[in-house]
Order: sequence, then structure tokens, then C-alpha cells
Amino acid sequence: MTAEVVLAVLQVLVVAAGAPLLVGALRTLQARLVGRRGPRVLQPYADLAKLLRKEAVVSTTTSWVFRATPYVLFSTMVVAALIVPLLLARPALDFAGLVLLVYLFVLGTFFLALAGLDAGSAFGGMGSSRAVAVAALAEPTIMVAILALALRAGTTNLGGIVERFAREPLLAANPGHLLAFSAFFIVMLAETGRLPVDNPATHLELTMIHEAMVLEYSGHYLALVEWAASMKLFLFMTLLVNLFLPWGMPATAAPLAILVGLLVFAAKLAVLTVALAVLETSVAKLRLFRVPELLAGSFALALLSVLSVFLLQ
Amino acid sequence: MRARLSYAAAVAAGLGGAWIGIAGLLGSTWTVRVESLVPLGGLELTLDPLAGLFLALVGVSTAATSLYAIGTADEARDDPAAYLAFVGALGVVPLAANAMTFLIAWEIMSLASWMLVLDRRDDAATRRAAWVYAVMTHAGLACLLAGMLLLGAHTGSLRFADWSAAAPTLAPAVRSTVWLLLALGFAGKAGVIPLHVWLPLAHPAAPSHVSALMSGVMIKLGAYGLIRVGFEWLGPAPLAWGVVILLAGAVSAVVGILYALVDPDLKRLLAFCSIENIGIVLIGVGGAMVFRHAGLEALALLALVAALYHAVNHAMFKALLFLGAGAVVHGVGTRSMEAMGGLIRRMPWTAGAFLLGSLAIAGLPPLNGFVSEWLTFQALLQNVRLADPALNLVFVLALAALALTAGLGAACFVKAFGITFLALPRSEAAGRADDATPAMRLGMLVFALACVLLGLGSTVVVPALGRAAGPMVGAATPGAWGDLTTLTLTGGFAQLSPPAIAAALGLGAVAPLVVLALTGASRRRRYDETWGCGRMLQTARMEYTATAFADPFKRVFRFFYRPVKRLQLDVHPESRFFVQRIAYANPARSIFEEWLYRPVLAGLRSAVAQAQRLQSGSATAYLAYIFVTLLVLLVLR
Repeated sequence: MTAEVVLAVLQVLVVAAGAPLLVGALRTLQARLVGRRGPRVLQPYADLAKLLRKEAVVSTTTSWVFRATPYVLFSTMVVAALIVPLLLARPALDFAGLVLLVYLFVLGTFFLALAGLDAGSAFGGMGSSRAVAVAALAEPTIMVAILALALRAGTTNLGGIVERFAREPLLAANPGHLLAFSAFFIVMLAETGRLPVDNPATHLELTMIHEAMVLEYSGHYLALVEWAASMKLFLFMTLLVNLFLPWGMPATAAPLAILVGLLVFAAKLAVLTVALAVLETSVAKLRLFRVPELLAGSFALALLSVLSVFLLQ
Repeated sequence: MRARLSYAAAVAAGLGGAWIGIAGLLGSTWTVRVESLVPLGGLELTLDPLAGLFLALVGVSTAATSLYAIGTADEARDDPAAYLAFVGALGVVPLAANAMTFLIAWEIMSLASWMLVLDRRDDAATRRAAWVYAVMTHAGLACLLAGMLLLGAHTGSLRFADWSAAAPTLAPAVRSTVWLLLALGFAGKAGVIPLHVWLPLAHPAAPSHVSALMSGVMIKLGAYGLIRVGFEWLGPAPLAWGVVILLAGAVSAVVGILYALVDPDLKRLLAFCSIENIGIVLIGVGGAMVFRHAGLEALALLALVAALYHAVNHAMFKALLFLGAGAVVHGVGTRSMEAMGGLIRRMPWTAGAFLLGSLAIAGLPPLNGFVSEWLTFQALLQNVRLADPALNLVFVLALAALALTAGLGAACFVKAFGITFLALPRSEAAGRADDATPAMRLGMLVFALACVLLGLGSTVVVPALGRAAGPMVGAATPGAWGDLTTLTLTGGFAQLSPPAIAAALGLGAVAPLVVLALTGASRRRRYDETWGCGRMLQTARMEYTATAFADPFKRVFRFFYRPVKRLQLDVHPESRFFVQRIAYANPARSIFEEWLYRPVLAGLRSAVAQAQRLQSGSATAYLAYIFVTLLVLLVLR
């Protein structure tokens, strides 16, 4: 039990420490791709440290919901970090499956949207309304993509899915799997506020979603919110690489195996990061009311992936 | 004093009902027969696990809402007799063991609730709501009556136990006709789309404690009827019935939440949301019927347990939300969310209760709504064991509908809580509202506690529900559900440990504090106005409204809402560039009323107009009708 708890805590630390690095690497890569020098890779750490030192300015309009939200958001990401398969093929604390993970993210979005409304500015309300709209429309895709995975693996337990695919690579090497991956990838773009759904680098009121919601945050509150947002991106990308390409994950908790597994994971994550950077620099942001079409497309992909299982069984 | 005493009596009766119900759920069974009390078969009540479950639901809900009602009692206006008749009938319906007992209790329940809906009878909208409710509920009663009498005629008995014994020998045509009639009657009471039109009118019009019982318990009895008919009275259901219920549930869930999302009336939002939740329950019921037909008893059990769990959960959080809404409406004096806001400061208790209810109804962990939605998802996800691609597709679509519903539900309750309780008050009344009285708080507290306990204690609740569901799906064993800490579903397909989730969330809540302490973060904070692009004053006019919040959904689902845009500009007589007043409305239209009810009612009216020609007013003509009818009857014999 002690070993499991240590591993779980270690995994949370990897996620929490790695998330700003992922965001920094993504920003630098994107800057290079468009011919700018861009910030240092480690800049997000400096930003977080700066925000943590600063005094927070809180709107007089707000209630305790506004002040509690950063903590709730950060907590949901910590719990999510406990249960994703990262260090081990079967997560140390495997007490719930994919469905719980989805609902944990909804819990975070729910509170963030309330906080957006709490300050009473039009920006916050606009951001909240758009964020919940995108999250709600992404939900069917997530569930059907989960079904696509569960159908092939015979379980919705995260560890079970990873072990099954790692054991039988042929299961993963079919077009249905690729369709589910694409669907999940589009959902990730929507859920974590990336282009073409939302632009994390903009503060233009017409296009903001996530940034509009958190506009009133400052100081350590903003640090927690930003950190949690980067952890969400990290967790989604971890899910993508480890659920759909589950090779090289250690089955046992030997220190060396875990170290090697971590290196393989870093390599997989790096490839996906480059892919995301290239994608984000090559597409323009969609108009808000075109986003449902994108999500409908991802839903169609997930549905096709599921149907391919039924038709080929 | 009379009203308060009656509510106190209802609290006691509710506790008694809950006691009997829980005993029934745990295995106690009995039958009471009093021949002389009711015509055609006598009064007959039987307690079995399923009846016990619904009786317990009625009991707990009645006790807590009546407690709340003591706090809001208005001696001049309340109708305690109707209230007592209503809760009494609610308790008798699940126990009824023959058709007459059932129908009489059912009709008392409908009539008493109709009288309670007519709370403000000086208001035209209330009178219309009560009228629509009366028509719809009696159309439903007519269906039930016809179905039960038909079944009685073909089986020679009006006792439910005889029906289930005789069901396999019935001719398929009779069986289907009876099912259709009974399903229509029960679905109407449950508020299934498109028989829902009365629900968003009647539920908000009633006083809030009655709304809580109507939404939380009464419509559940419709689902109870559908379970009895589909699994017991008419024997194992054919495939088509299950598919129909499953699809009706999926449609109700999505349509219900879509309407809830755009409604600016707080209580009507909750009423539409009840349609959504009854849809989720019926997804489970329909899924169980299909699995049972395919011989997959364990999966049928899982789906039915999920449905029952969601029915119980919805009764708890919907009652909590209606009671919270009642306190808000009481404080602000209107049901429109556009006049609310900032109530979290004036009404901290109500706000806390409403937030908990919102989290539970949005299905967020670790509360009860999450567990029942999780179970429903798991039941749907295992459809691959049905070896029929067409059926698989139906299940996948139901799964997608359920996921969309869950997402939209979360959005809907961000709106319901955020617009009502957060930011600045949008009206003067909202700035002066007072919090609920102690009795009202106590009533809400009971439901809030139930939401938490049903979430954390699901490892105890699920096996108990399995006992109620087992006999319905013909499962020989009550099913294996894991141990006290973890729910484990068939063959390790999925696991869930609500206590572990709660513990993880609790520990997770410590994490940010640890992070802030370790990094030596500055926890100082300064209060200042919301940033507003340099304008002078922060007012409630700058806030997002309920309508604005729902706008993205209205655009995305344009094809469904068919909103009408009414823009009226009053310009200055000198120049059209000086706008003096802008009136803007963008209401959604109900496609069900326009495309379904209006044509049907128009057809009915013209048919009646035709029939009126027979009514000549001359006595000789009427005598001739009687003579001709007699002649025809004699010839036909």
C-alpha cells in the first residue's frame, strides 16, 4: 500500500511539475514555427512564481464561490492526475475509470463558469456561457470515444484498457482505433481551449472563451487557475498517448522500469506536442458558431469508430 | 394553525411511510384486504420490495417537504386538506394490488394535486395551467382505465398478481393494445415527450413544497407504472417495447434539458429538467427491458438498478432545488431569473443548499447524481453483448443522448445557480430578500444530506435496489456488486469507489494549500471593483442575463428552438438615429404545441362541430335516434 501511495504522489508531482514545461515547450515551438524567437521554455515557471508572490485583487462583487474556485479546480486536476495511467500501465490507485475522469473535468469547468459569472462583468458571463456550451457539445464525443475504447478492451477501467492494448497491439492497429484517436484529439482541442476552438494567446473580447472567464483573477488565484489549466492539457495529452499508444509502459513498479517508462512517455509526449504546435500554427481560429460543426465532425468520427467494431465483430 | 398542524401530521405520516417502505425494501412483505371499502374487488394493498422502495421515496420526501411547508405555511391560502389527500394518495399508489384500489388512489393523487396547482386562482396563467393539467391527466386516466379493464376482461381478474400469471397466455394483439394504453397513461403522468405539455405549466404554478413533491415523487410513480407493466403485469416485454421506452427516454432527456436551458423562469427550468431526468430513468428502464429480452439478466439488473437509483436521486435533489427556488421566489417575489442575482449574500443558507443540489443534478462527483449516471452509462456501454448491430446502434445513440444531456445539464445549472445567486442583484427586491426560515432550512438540510449520503453510501444502496429490481428482471441471484468500498460490475467491466473518490477529492483540496505554503505564496488580497474597461460605475445592467447565457445554445440548436426575434425600436421624432427605447425578445417556440397539439385540437374541434349537427334540439329526433340504435343493436345480436 505504501508503495502505491508513493507512486501515486510521484505521479501527481510529475503532472504538476511537467505541465508548465509542456506549455512552455508548446509556446516556444509555435514561436519558432512562425519565425519568432519566443519566450524561454521555462518561462511558465517564472510566470507562476511571479503570480504566487503578488497580492491578489478581488472584485467586491464576488462571493466565496469566486475565491473557492481556484482551489476546487486545482484539486480536481490533482485527483485526475492520481488516476491517469502514466508511471504504470495500471495506475497505482485504480478506483474509477474513464467516466469519472470526464466528470472531474466537468466539475472543474462548472466551478470556473460560476466564477466567471460571479464578478458581474459582461466578459466573465460571456466566457462562462461559451465555455459551458463548448464543454456540453464535446461531451457526446467523449462518451462515444470511450465506448470505442471500452468495446475493444472490454472494460472502462483505465488500467484495464492500457494493459489490454499493450498486450495485444493488433487490437490497436485498426482504422477504428485511429478514428477514435482523431475524435479524442479534437475534443482535447475544445476542452483545453486550443486553436481552432479558443485561442490561449488572445485577449480580444470577441474571441475569448477561457481567458474571458478568468479575467478577474490575479495573484495566487490566477497562479492556481493557470497551473490547473496547464495540468488539464498535460492530462489530456497523457490520455491520448497512453490510451491509444500504450507501448513502453512498465507493468511493475521497479525503479528502473519506471524511469525507462518515463523516458518513453516523454518521447511520445514530445511527438504529440510537435504535432499540436504544427496544427495550431497552421489553422485559424474558427468563428464561435462554427465550433459545433467541428464537434459534430468529431462525434461522427467517434461514431464511425464504434460502428466499425459492431460491423466487424 | 390548521395548516401548520396538518403539515406536522404529514411529517409524521411521511416518517411512518418511510419506515414501512424501507422495511419492505429489506424483505418484509404483507397484504391487507378490506373487501367492503372499495367496489369491484375491495381495497387491497401489498408490500413488496419495489413497492417498498417507492413508498420509502414518498415517505422521506413527504416528511422533509412538509417540514419545509411548516416554515412557509400561509393559513389564509393553503389548502391542508388537499395536501394531506395528495400525500396520502402518493403513498397508496405503490402499494395498490388491484386495479380499483390503484385507479382510485391515482385519481385522488391527480385531483388533489390539481387543487394544489390552483394555488393562485385569480391568476389567468395559473387557471390555464390547471386546465391543461386536468385535461392531460384525465386523458391519461382514460387510457389507464381502458387498458386495465381490457386486461381485466381478458384475464377475468382485476388483481395485479393474476395478471402477471395470465400474461403469457394472452393473444399478442390484446397484449400490445393493453401495453400501449397503459404505457400512454403512465408516460403522460411521467411527463415523457411529447405528453409533457402540462408539466412545465403545472409544476411551477403550485406552491414550492407541492412542486417538490410533484416533480420529485408524483412523476416517478409514472415510471413505477411503466416498470410494473413492462416487467410484471404483462410478463417479459417483447423487444419493441423496450426499444420504444429507451428511445422515448433518450428523446425526453435531450428535449427536456434543451427547454430547461433557455427558460428564464427558475421554477419552469426545474420543471423542464424533471422531464430530462425522467428521460434518464426511462433510458435505464428501456435498456433493462431490451437486455431482459436478450436473456442478459445481469445487465438487465444493472440497467434497472441504475434507473431506480436515478429515480431516488432525482427525488432528492429536485425536491431540494424546488424548495430552494421556493425560498428564492418567496424572497424576491418573482420567478424570473432576470430579476434575481446576488442572492448568495442575502440568502447564504438557501444558496448553499441550491449549489449542492445543482452539483448533484449535474452529476458531479462525489454526489448521488454522479453514481446513478455512472451506472446508467455503464449499462449502456455494455451493449456490445447484444449481437444485433441495429440494437447496438440504438444503444450508442442513447449513450450519446445521455452524454449530451449530462453536458447540457451542467450548463443549465451553471446558469440556474450563477444567474440567481451570484454577482449583483438585478432588481431592488433581490437586494432586500431574506433567507429561509429555520423550518425551511431544516427541510432543505434533510434533502441535502440525502444527496451526500446517497452518493457516498452507494455501495450499500445499490445491493438494496438490486433486491427491488431482481424480481422484475427475473434474476435468480440479487447480483454481485463488489464490497463495501467498491462497486464492481459484471466481470470487472468497471469499478467505482465513491468513498475513495470523496477521500481523493478531500485530499486533493489540501493540495493547493500545500502548494501555496511550499512556494511561500503571498496570500494577501485587496478588494476593488470589477474591471470594466474604464467606465465609472459597476451596475447590474452590465451583467450577463439568463437569456444571454443561453444564447449560444439557442443558436446551435436553432432548428429545434425556432426562436422568433422581436425587435422594437422607438426613435426620436426628429431623427431616426436617436433611439429612445429598445424592446427585444427572442423567445423559443414549442414545436410540440405547434406541430402536434394544435393540429390535433383543431381536428377535434371540427369533429365536434360536425357532431353538433346531430343535436337538433327536437325531442322527436332524439326519440328516433334511440329507436334506430335499438334496432341496430337487435339486428347485430
